[in-house]
Parts: sequence; C-alpha cells; structure tokens
Amino acid sequence: MRTLGAFLAAALMAAVVGCGKGEDAKANAETGEPKKTLSSTEIKIDGSSTVYPILERMSELFNEKFPEARPTVGTSGTGGGFKKFVNGEIDIANASRPIEEEEADKAKANGIEFVEIPIAFDGLSVVINPKNTFAETLTVAELKKIWEPGSTVKNWSDVRPGFPAKPIQLFGAGTDSGTFDYFTKAINGKEKACRPDYQASEDDNTLVQGVAGDEYALGFFGYAYFEKNTDKLKAVKVDPGTGPVGPAPETIANGTYTPLSRPLLLYVNKKALDRPEVMEFLKFILTEGKNSIGDVGYVPLPEEVYSLVMARLEAKKTGTLFQGAEVGVGIDDILKRESGN
Amino acid sequence: MTSILAPSANLKGRKRKAAIFGWICLASVLLAGALLVVLLVSLFKDGLGRIDLKFLTSFPSSMAEKAGIKAGLMGTLWVIGLTALIAVPVGIAAAIFLEEFSRRKNRLTEFIQINIANLAGVPSIVYGLLGLAIFVRTFGMGRSVLAGALTMALLILPMIIIVSQEALRAVPSSYREGSVALGATTWQTIRRQVLPAALPGILTGVILSVSRAIGETAPLIMIGAVTYLNFTPTGLGDTFTVLPIQIFNWSSRPDKAFATNAAAAIVVLMAVLIVINSVAMVIRYRTQRQR
Repeated sequence: MRTLGAFLAAALMAAVVGCGKGEDAKANAETGEPKKTLSSTEIKIDGSSTVYPILERMSELFNEKFPEARPTVGTSGTGGGFKKFVNGEIDIANASRPIEEEEADKAKANGIEFVEIPIAFDGLSVVINPKNTFAETLTVAELKKIWEPGSTVKNWSDVRPGFPAKPIQLFGAGTDSGTFDYFTKAINGKEKACRPDYQASEDDNTLVQGVAGDEYALGFFGYAYFEKNTDKLKAVKVDPGTGPVGPAPETIANGTYTPLSRPLLLYVNKKALDRPEVMEFLKFILTEGKNSIGDVGYVPLPEEVYSLVMARLEAKKTGTLFQGAEVGVGIDDILKRESGN
Repeated sequence: MTSILAPSANLKGRKRKAAIFGWICLASVLLAGALLVVLLVSLFKDGLGRIDLKFLTSFPSSMAEKAGIKAGLMGTLWVIGLTALIAVPVGIAAAIFLEEFSRRKNRLTEFIQINIANLAGVPSIVYGLLGLAIFVRTFGMGRSVLAGALTMALLILPMIIIVSQEALRAVPSSYREGSVALGATTWQTIRRQVLPAALPGILTGVILSVSRAIGETAPLIMIGAVTYLNFTPTGLGDTFTVLPIQIFNWSSRPDKAFATNAAAAIVVLMAVLIVINSVAMVIRYRTQRQR
C-alpha cells in the first residue's frame, strides 16, 4: 500500500511540476548552426569511472545538439575498458592513466590502431582530517615512506620526528583503479607497488567518510571528491622538493601541483574515426564540450593544448605519447615535443 | 512424594527454557524487522520527495536534478522479464527431471546434483565473466539485453532448481501412486498431480531468485551494461542499463545531490520488485486455496 501511495504522490507531483523540454529546444535553435543529422549507430564508450562524469556530461550536451546520436558510456574501470578496447568491442576507452605497454601490444596484435586524446586534468588529492594540524605539508619522500611496499610506518611519529605518536590510518583507492596505478607510480616510483595494509575502496565516498571520521587518517583520491567535501577534509600540500603546493584548479592546470596532477585520457579506435558521429563527438568535446569540464569537478587543459590535440585528431595521428612518460611532466611539453618532430 | 514432585519441577524448568528460546527467536525477528524499518524509513525520507514523473521519464544526466531513471527502469524490466522467461521453465524442467525421471540415482545425476549445489554458491561476478566469454564473445551477442538476461538466468538457475526439487520432494508419494494406479502415465501424473501440488513451493523459489537477480550489478557491468545512454531497449540486441547500476553510480558520485537520486531509485527498484513478485504471489495464493 505504501508503494501505491508513493506512485499516487509521484503522479500528483508530476502534474504540478510539468516538463522542462521546451527550454532545451530553444537553446538549440539559438546556436543557429546549420542542422546536421548524425547516424544513430552507437558510439560505444567504456572505461574509468573517474572519467565517467566528464563523458556523461559530454554525451548529454552532445545529445542536446544531436538528439539522434547514441553515445553509451560504461563504467567497467580503466583496465576493464582497455580489455574491451583492444578486442575491438568499443570505439572509445576512457582512462585515468596512460595505456600500458601490454595493452598497447594486444591492440597491435589485434590490428587496432588508436588516437590518444588527453581531455582534462585531475589532481590526486592527499587528504587529512580537518583536526589534523601537524601534517598540513608532506614531502614526496615522506609520502613514499608511508606508502611504499614494506613500509614500517605505523605511527605519525615514524613519518617525521615531532609528529604525535598516534597510529596512522590509511585510506586509498582499490588496486583495480587507474587512480591507484597513478598514485603508486608517482609516489613509489612503480605502478601498483604499495603497502597492502591500508583501507582500500573502489567507492571514493567510503574513503571520504573514513578520513572525515578519524583524526589521524590519511587518504588519497581524485580532486573532485575533495572539492565537494572541503568541510570535512583538508588537502595536504605536497612538496616535491620545490616547495609545498596544494591541489587547486590553478595549480593542477599550470603543473605546479606535481607529481600528483594527472591527465585523463580518451583512446579512440582509428577505424571508428571514419564514422562521422564519432569524429563529430570528439570534436565537440575539444571545442564546445571542454568548457563544461570544470562543472563536474575536473580541470580543463590549457587552450593551446586542446588545439594541439585537435590537430592530432584531425590528422588521425596514432600512437601514445603518455605511455611511460615521466609523471609530473607538463602535458603541453609532451605534446609540443611531438609536434616539434 | 519426591517421585511425583521431581518431574513437575523438571517440567517447569523445561517450560522456562522453551520460553527463553521463544524470546530469543522473537528478538531475532524484531532485530531483522527493525533494521528493515530503519532502512526503509531513511530511504523514503531521502528519496520519496525526489520521485516524480520527470524522474521516471528522464535519461541519466550529469546534473543530479535533471537525471532520471527511464533507461534503468526499462532496462531492468527487459532484463528481469526475460531472465524469468528463460530461467523459470528451464529450472522447473531440470528439477522435474532430477526428481521424477531419475529417481534411481546414478553417477550422472549425482554429478549434476553436486554441481548445481556448488553453482548456487558461486559469486555473481564469476557468472559475469562466464557471460562475457560465452554469450558476449563466443556467441557474438555483444553487450545486449539478451546476453544480460542469459547471464542472469544462469545465475538464478541453481536456486530455482534446488528449491523446485525440494518442493517436488515434499509431494507425498501417495499422490503419484494413486495417479499411476488409476492408469495415468508418468507425464500425466506429473502434470496433473505432482506439479500443481508443488507449485506454491516452486513459486517461492522463483520469488527468491528473481529478487536476487533484480539487485545484481557486478555481472551486468562485467558483460558491458552501460551507465549512460539516451535510449531504451526496443529489442533483444540493444544496449541497456539497469537500476542497480544507476544506483551504484549515483551513490559513488562526489556530488551529494546524487545520493538523493540513489535513494529515490532504490524506492522505485523495490516497487518494481514487489510488482514482479506479486504475480508469483497471486498464483501461489490461488493454488494454495484450491487445495
């Protein structure tokens, strides 16, 4: 009976609220561009759940412009997405870390060429409880001491003399995520190398709760989760040896928040680029769509990088620039190095 | 004297033990019930206000207040409907074979029996891997409604078979003997006597297994069910998403407005579950009354 009541209430509300579709149609008419129609063949996208909010936003905006287009976005993780991508099952893989050599080899073996498209920055945020006033800055070496495999750090006092002798509670991304891969590479120097005895979760909100509830906790996750929880968390200023810098849109974009700024990437099957709807979708992301990347908690790349990427896309230039790239190298450096050749 | 008093004192003690046991059982029920009530109250408090026609008829969106569950709701109805259509007849048929046609145990049926019992305990993600390898890749179904439903059917088959077997076993053998004595064939006996008598028990199994399938996320993500899409399935070969995937995605978003959406979607999911199960419940109620 309760559910029946709920439905009745829902029906009543709907009658009051009405529908907002008229506004969308108006917005479309205002752009005044000649009306194109695209194929309704699915644009198959799958991969990182970190990058998902960006792709969801892009697909939604793209659909406002081209209602007939059918982008579909899955969330099977960076690794899961690449597995499907190298089998030719999807058109676009979204990734929170560059493609690995092994994955690229498999793609090659299956005759799949890809174009690599960086779309945004994320600043992996190292966070502590707001009550923690002693560890507001940590050096990369100290972070390594905490997280490296075989780490003997049990108390905060093991990290730096003068810190309280309280047990340190560690929270971090699960081992299947690109976030984990990138963090371990940036801090410990080797992908997936990490002490095993920390609280791991694929759900970043669980990590937020964990750090927010423990005065002596330390955790890491994507900037978006820190940004939405600044009342419950404090970000650690990370010092790579050139002075401590905290995560913020400016420091992530200009590369001073290093080594934990990371590019978020799309990998597109070259064959799929022959389909106008796929090409149109990617161009849309790099032109109109990129302005909305900030809305979902990520940091857009500098303008000139987008134009360099656009040129690569239009030339259908295959291969990876980011695979094996040193962490913390500016994204424009990488692209310019390429365009200089 | 003592010989008369002693047993009565003993009886008192035993009655007290029985009463204590009764209280413990009641406490267990209340604990389970209270947890459910707490869960429901918090869900309804968070989610009910979010449910309106627009929520039910909108596609996923990056803005929490614009997002809806149309794709998930339709996907769930397609997948669960199809799963039940596949798994229920096959499961009941398998149970009938194992109970009625192979009463004398041989190696093969014992082997099958052990396997079914073990399969019932396999984690659901393993079925996802199986579905991905067999249906999606080998049979080339892609990440379609059909592949999803077949994977889910595999997932719930062991449970349906085991519960149906129990139900068939509970039918007194005098039913079968009487029917055969009157000249009915084995098939007639099963169809007209055994199956109707076992139906309430079988339907309980169906309800339990469909309830499990409707909440599964992992195997469907594994076979490639998506999270964002702007259309609903129109056929067996279409891409789809389901409500639990939407709920899982929303509950893990940084923006807390999505948590309200998740609560609302859970309320809808429960409503769908009740509607689907009520079909089985009505049939069960009717068959029980006829007897």
